[in-house]
Amino acid sequence: METKERKPSLVTLFFSILYISAFTFGGGFVIVTFMKKKFVDQLHWIDEEEMLDYIALAQSSPGAIAVNASILVGWKIGGLAGMLIAVLAAIIPPMAIITAISFAYQAFASNRIVAMALRGMQAGVGAVMLDVVFTLGGNVLKQKSWILIVLMIASFLAAYLYDVNASILILTVLALVLAGNLAKRIQKGRKS
Amino acid sequence: MLFQLFLSFVQVGLFSVGGGYAAIPLIKSSIIDTHGWITLSEFTDLITIAEMTPGPIAVNAATFVGIKVADIPGAFVATFGCILPSCFIVSLLAYAYRKYHSLPLIQDMLSGLRPVVVALIASATISIVQMVVVNGKAADLTGIVLMVAAFCLIHFRKLNPIIAMVGCGAASLVVHGLFGVPLS
Repeated sequence: METKERKPSLVTLFFSILYISAFTFGGGFVIVTFMKKKFVDQLHWIDEEEMLDYIALAQSSPGAIAVNASILVGWKIGGLAGMLIAVLAAIIPPMAIITAISFAYQAFASNRIVAMALRGMQAGVGAVMLDVVFTLGGNVLKQKSWILIVLMIASFLAAYLYDVNASILILTVLALVLAGNLAKRIQKGRKS
Repeated sequence: MLFQLFLSFVQVGLFSVGGGYAAIPLIKSSIIDTHGWITLSEFTDLITIAEMTPGPIAVNAATFVGIKVADIPGAFVATFGCILPSCFIVSLLAYAYRKYHSLPLIQDMLSGLRPVVVALIASATISIVQMVVVNGKAADLTGIVLMVAAFCLIHFRKLNPIIAMVGCGAASLVVHGLFGVPLS
């Protein structure tokens, strides 16, 4: 499974998102992690910084993170057609699966085989997430900017230990950046 | 009826900022309290299903409620309603991003947000890793071994993540199913 580089195509876009959407459960951040793996590391269609920007945008917009991220990736790869294809690919698997399950819920929920497979897949999800966190975190450290490192650690503590809502964190950091910019401008104004 | 269903889920899609669990109270107030389309216990089932299956909770809920209210057409109408606001708002953002992301102020904001996103992913990761490592009160050896092995294969051997995940599911079936290691 070496990294394979392919020219952006709508077909590959559709099937990539379809696969990711069909196999990843456990919330929005899981699916964007898999998207980062696919579109940044494997296909090289999007660079890492842009993908992180997409995740921030997807997280701060109304609606499901997975759908929002698909919309952004879709526009990037194939314009309007790309966006529509990406959204379709993102919602077909959950729709199909929920439709099937809602007719046989009891059998599904109490099935031991399902429970065993799901338990193992959680371990796989954990592994993929760890891999991406190591790569992303490493890249932030490599920039050797203490502000960015402090931001990362502080937001982690806020999110993990204090359960601070992701949108509030994002808004706070935006406000801090704005305030910093304003302060710079005022200083400049005084000097001149 | 279909139109009301559509409107309710447009509302859910429009006001659930932050994804995932942010949508639950909205779904509850509009679908259960206002319209009584599903019961509270069906709603609890729905959340369980949503956790066990792929896909965003809002989309899962839209499909589930849609089927209950008006069968397959209901599922389509509700799901469409739930993603429609995103399609508009996020597309506008995509346009704005393309146009303005090189402005210095926007650059500053985006570079400040990137470490936050990494931290948010890290926080979600730790919660999942905890769930894998500890099952109930005891450590889950099978889970730990599978996770470490999968991590090494993905990180050092570039194994495809989806294959790693399905492989873990299969290995877990073998360990718990064939060798009879109890699940919890």
